[in-house]
Amino acid sequence: MARMATTQRVVVSTIGAWFFGFLIFFPILWMVLASFKTELEAFAIPPSFLFFHWTTENYATVQERSDYLHHAVNSIIIAGGSTLIALLIAIPAAWSMAFSPTKRTKDILLWMLSTKMMPPVGVLVPIYLIYKSFGLLDSRMGLVFILCLGNLPIVIWMLFTYFKEIPRDILEAARMDGATIGRELVYVLTPMAIPGLASTMLLNLILAWNEAFWTLNLSTSSAAPLTVFIASYSSPEGLFWAKLSAASTLAIAPILVLGWFSQKQLVRGLTFGAVK
Amino acid sequence: MKHVLGAVCGASVLLLSISAVAETTLTIATVNNGDMIRMQGLTSEFTAKNPDITVKWVTLEENVLRQRVTTDIATKGGQFDVLTIGTYEVPIWAKKGWLVPLANLGADYDVADLLPKIKDAVSVDGKLYAAPFYGESSMVMYRTDLFEKAGLKMPEKPTWDFVIDAAKKLTDKSGGVYGICLRGKAGWGENMAFLSAMANSYGARWFDEKWQPQFNTPEWKATLTTYVNLMKEAGPPGASSNGFNENLALFNAGKCAMWIDATVAASFVTNPKDSKVADKVGFALAPNTGLGKNANWLWAWSLAIPAGSKKADAAEKFIAWATGKDYTKLVAAKEGWANVPPGTRTSLYQNPDYLKVAPFAKLTLASIDAADPNKPTVKPVPYVGVQYAAIPEFQGIGTQVGQQFSAALAGSMTVDAALTAAQSVTEREMKRAGYIK
Repeated sequence: MARMATTQRVVVSTIGAWFFGFLIFFPILWMVLASFKTELEAFAIPPSFLFFHWTTENYATVQERSDYLHHAVNSIIIAGGSTLIALLIAIPAAWSMAFSPTKRTKDILLWMLSTKMMPPVGVLVPIYLIYKSFGLLDSRMGLVFILCLGNLPIVIWMLFTYFKEIPRDILEAARMDGATIGRELVYVLTPMAIPGLASTMLLNLILAWNEAFWTLNLSTSSAAPLTVFIASYSSPEGLFWAKLSAASTLAIAPILVLGWFSQKQLVRGLTFGAVK
Repeated sequence: MKHVLGAVCGASVLLLSISAVAETTLTIATVNNGDMIRMQGLTSEFTAKNPDITVKWVTLEENVLRQRVTTDIATKGGQFDVLTIGTYEVPIWAKKGWLVPLANLGADYDVADLLPKIKDAVSVDGKLYAAPFYGESSMVMYRTDLFEKAGLKMPEKPTWDFVIDAAKKLTDKSGGVYGICLRGKAGWGENMAFLSAMANSYGARWFDEKWQPQFNTPEWKATLTTYVNLMKEAGPPGASSNGFNENLALFNAGKCAMWIDATVAASFVTNPKDSKVADKVGFALAPNTGLGKNANWLWAWSLAIPAGSKKADAAEKFIAWATGKDYTKLVAAKEGWANVPPGTRTSLYQNPDYLKVAPFAKLTLASIDAADPNKPTVKPVPYVGVQYAAIPEFQGIGTQVGQQFSAALAGSMTVDAALTAAQSVTEREMKRAGYIK
């Protein structure tokens, strides 16, 4: 009897999970479907779900009109570069705050988070002027730098919470064995924090990939990443939903594939420490 | 060794001369409307004629582009050599000294051929500060089949009374057909473009001669009451979130009997590839109330050179090419006359080839002629602009007022409350900006 109830519960929760999974995934599915429709079918009322004339003409148009590869390479460099630099700065910062906290640590953490509370547009003009003076406008380096700064508070916060979960005794044991701070960081702490590091890295990569304010405002053409590519297809005057969907599908494809392959790490990292 | 050295020197001289030829790179910022995408596609025609110039494109959605370009020009960032801006920006930016006057467009450019209303809209003190790429007004697009079935005949210059009456008669909510589709989405370029133009036809104005906001006048009350009641009775559900695109989708799907919007929509609704009702569309001037002003606006996307550009000569060459008469012929030869950018030159509307493929040409021209940005309203106003007031503060004010009016349409606010809120918002902003005390 008890077993039956369990099976039933499993069936119900599985169906429920699939249902909600589908619900969350639906907008992306809809976008992918729309990218294979003609413009007329893309806004047809009632909409056709699967039975329409499939076409790849939107992808051909998008490819003809803009250089996808150029934008994609820029996105990879900018998102990847800013993530790596942010991690290089955040690991020692989070380590010191997690293992040698002072009475100001909490304030510093809150202060760092508070920088995220300001709407970025508030500092657009000063940043633009600084970038102009340093010749950083429309440069990948400039975008790497600003995205790194923007995401740093989140990266430090995430790593700080992961590091805090690691028992201090292990570090003390390492110190007893004569490990220096550097060795302790590389050989003891980092391996233990790998799931946390991986998920922080992935989340930061996604945030940097999708960041549309600074990338749109500080780039023109040479450093323009995929966000600019998409912005050139959305239009308030003209119905180009199919083309916009094709452009968006192309833009999210790399990060979607990356997320798919690393979802195990991501889930492990996000629930890290919850089941101790 | 000597030979090698000579060869190296020769090669470097050659390389230098190549780089000297392809020296000027123009960065052109433009909106992603169909006509501009076509221009981008024809870049090679320009560079073939001007081998010393290469062109880089920044094509963005209108609102993103406006923010991007404004930031750059206000900070003198110098990222762009040619900007695509509207008639709203031209007078403001020209007065601030942000734009280079276009004085060297060439002998065969024929400035006199530009439509006078459009030319006025991009000129300040008689000097051309931007060259119009395409111009638009707004007009009524209606379904000839539905009108015929209901025994109605659309006059060429309809009154609001006729339009309201027809909209009510043509509404068949159970059949999914609505008498009229109008913009409702909040925004200075969305619902306020339509409502400001409609208010002009009702004798209302944004400001009096002393910059006092006028939302407390009976003319504005009549405008907003008519609009809200009409949309409640004969408009599609959820109209408060409909902008140009949403209405275009509704009209193309056969859900609207009438739609008053940009003349540029005419080529979309009559294109069988995009529209289900392509062969059943008629056109008429935007409605009036007999006060002498129609409810239509005027806009021209134009190319301008920012004062910071170090490549003004090359930029002006490009502008002369893209807005010149030969460009029209080039597009016609490559993509057909129906695809040439409309609304900028008189000669286009005298061209029989164009008139043959563009059934909407006559009404587009008549609509543009009927709008006067220098005298937009029945009563005098201190500002330039039909569906906007060309002052820097207008974008913010227009959008805030648009939100109140959108709420009135959605029913979450009464017409009176929306007008009171609009009045106080506008008064506050105008005081803050120093126009009134």
